[in-house]
Amino acid sequence: MVVESESTKDESVIDVQDLVTYYGTRKILDQVNLKVRSGEIMVIMGGSGSGKSTLLRHMLALNQPAAGAIRLFGKDPSKLSAPQLHAIRQRMGVSFQNGALFNSLNVEENVAFPLREHTRLDENTIRIMARMKLEVVNLAGFEKLMPSQLSGGMVKRAALARAIVMDPSLLFFDEPSAGLDPVVSADLDELILRLRDAMKVTIVVVTHELDSAFRIADRILVLDKGKVLILGTVDEVKSSDNKRVQNLLNRKSEDVIVNPDEYLQRLTDDLAGL
Amino acid sequence: MNTRKFIERIGEKTIDAIEEVGYHFSLLVESFYWLLVGPFVKQPVRLRNIFSEMMKIGVLAIPVVILLSFSNGVMMAIQGIVTLQEFDAESQVVPGIAYSVTREFGVLITAIVVAGRSGSAIAARIGSMQMSQEIDALRVMGIEPVRHLVAPIIFSMLVMMPILTIMADSAALIGGGLYTGIVLKLSLGTFIDRCFDVLVVYDVMQGLYKSLIFGVLIALVACSNGFSVSGGAEGLGKATTRSVVISIAMIVMADMIFTYFLSR
Ligand SMILES: Nc1ncnc2c1ncn2[C@@H]1O[C@H](COP(=O)(O)OP(=O)(O)OP(=O)(O)O)[C@@H](O)[C@H]1O
Ligand SMILES: [Mg+2]
Repeated sequence: MVVESESTKDESVIDVQDLVTYYGTRKILDQVNLKVRSGEIMVIMGGSGSGKSTLLRHMLALNQPAAGAIRLFGKDPSKLSAPQLHAIRQRMGVSFQNGALFNSLNVEENVAFPLREHTRLDENTIRIMARMKLEVVNLAGFEKLMPSQLSGGMVKRAALARAIVMDPSLLFFDEPSAGLDPVVSADLDELILRLRDAMKVTIVVVTHELDSAFRIADRILVLDKGKVLILGTVDEVKSSDNKRVQNLLNRKSEDVIVNPDEYLQRLTDDLAGL
Repeated sequence: MNTRKFIERIGEKTIDAIEEVGYHFSLLVESFYWLLVGPFVKQPVRLRNIFSEMMKIGVLAIPVVILLSFSNGVMMAIQGIVTLQEFDAESQVVPGIAYSVTREFGVLITAIVVAGRSGSAIAARIGSMQMSQEIDALRVMGIEPVRHLVAPIIFSMLVMMPILTIMADSAALIGGGLYTGIVLKLSLGTFIDRCFDVLVVYDVMQGLYKSLIFGVLIALVACSNGFSVSGGAEGLGKATTRSVVISIAMIVMADMIFTYFLSR
């Protein structure tokens, strides 16, 4: 909303064009189009297995699209040399769905890891910066614990601290608040908003939590079985008259049985071959 | 129908095997690339990582390597003396042990110990990192996993395998020497002297060359099996076992080929 007036000129940090992707022969994403503008918070929603994490992996250039293209900061990652890709990736921070903390390092070393690898700061500065980020996610005092000693929510927060330690200009959170208690999760929303407002970070968040999505999002993308169901502002999504969108918002099962014959067919499908 | 399936399967397996060899080769090339070029593109191979690998691969393996090689030396002396006694030539046991230890068994035992100890540990470590998305996390931080994980292992293998092999050679010669000394009333000093009389640099180097090759083999097999882990804990177990079995098989076969060309 804030940048609406400027959005006429192409400011997209991420540009996903007609993305199609498969795992094996199963189509996971189908013709996904998405532009993430500089400084906005884009929330990706959708049922479990709808392809949210997969879309994220494409935006991180971890997966290669079967068709379509991705642009990060205006560049196609598959056409970049390794050093160029590294340079782009150092401007990005990622917190994976399962945290992906380094199990052989303790919390503080995990958070300090990108600094150690990419900067020439001295040891004390690095540790202070790591502790600052741990403060931000309310993990002060847990520096010396190993990842296996953390609770699920603590893993999430440590991963978050690691994602923001290099002060990236593009941030990805896969399910940041899943498994967190409501207070911490609200804190996290605050943090996300603050990061955007204070540092103009562009943020892509995958989440299941409706409240959280409506609180933080500038725009929302809803995926359904690999297709874009709707892409719009919070108000646009809320007032959509698409039935599936409304089902999602009202937390109704999307697979309300429409046709009994089809249902029966589905149950007996595999048996025919036996 | 069945024969066709069978032939198809052979074909598939062959293609898989060729792909795997190709992957090993690309891992090797990439590792050397990062070792040599890394420092100039702000992706240096960290000394910290190299030292920790050297510790795990090399230093911690010393006791087992020495114990096994010593026992092997004693065994060779026992067998050698028994066999040579039939020809009244038991004093020839010295060159027999000296040659076979330095050219063959020192390095072979070292390689098998390292494959069993480190090969499995490396495959398990990289495999579990793959499973928990730590490898992806490295990538998205702009850190090349091959540089960060594989290159230090290859480098450490290249340094530690020859050192371990020399230790293994020495332990085996001492083992053989002590037993020979007791049975043939030969002092250990005399035994070692006679070893040096028959050995030339080439014999020792032959073992050391092999140790370099075996070390790289172990590293590549372990790393590639680690990276290819999929399917949970079971997959991890499989990759670990596979990396040990394959690297030992490759070591023994490669050794045979080398021996054919180097020792005749
Ligand atoms: N490595 C993989 N190999 C094969 N199939 C996969 C793989 N990863 C994901 N899939 C499949 O792709 C589909 C989309 O998965 P994805 O992880 O993107 O879903 P998601 O929307 O993130 O779900 P959730 O909300 O549960 O995290 C799923 O059907 C899943 O089974
Ligand atoms: Mg997911």
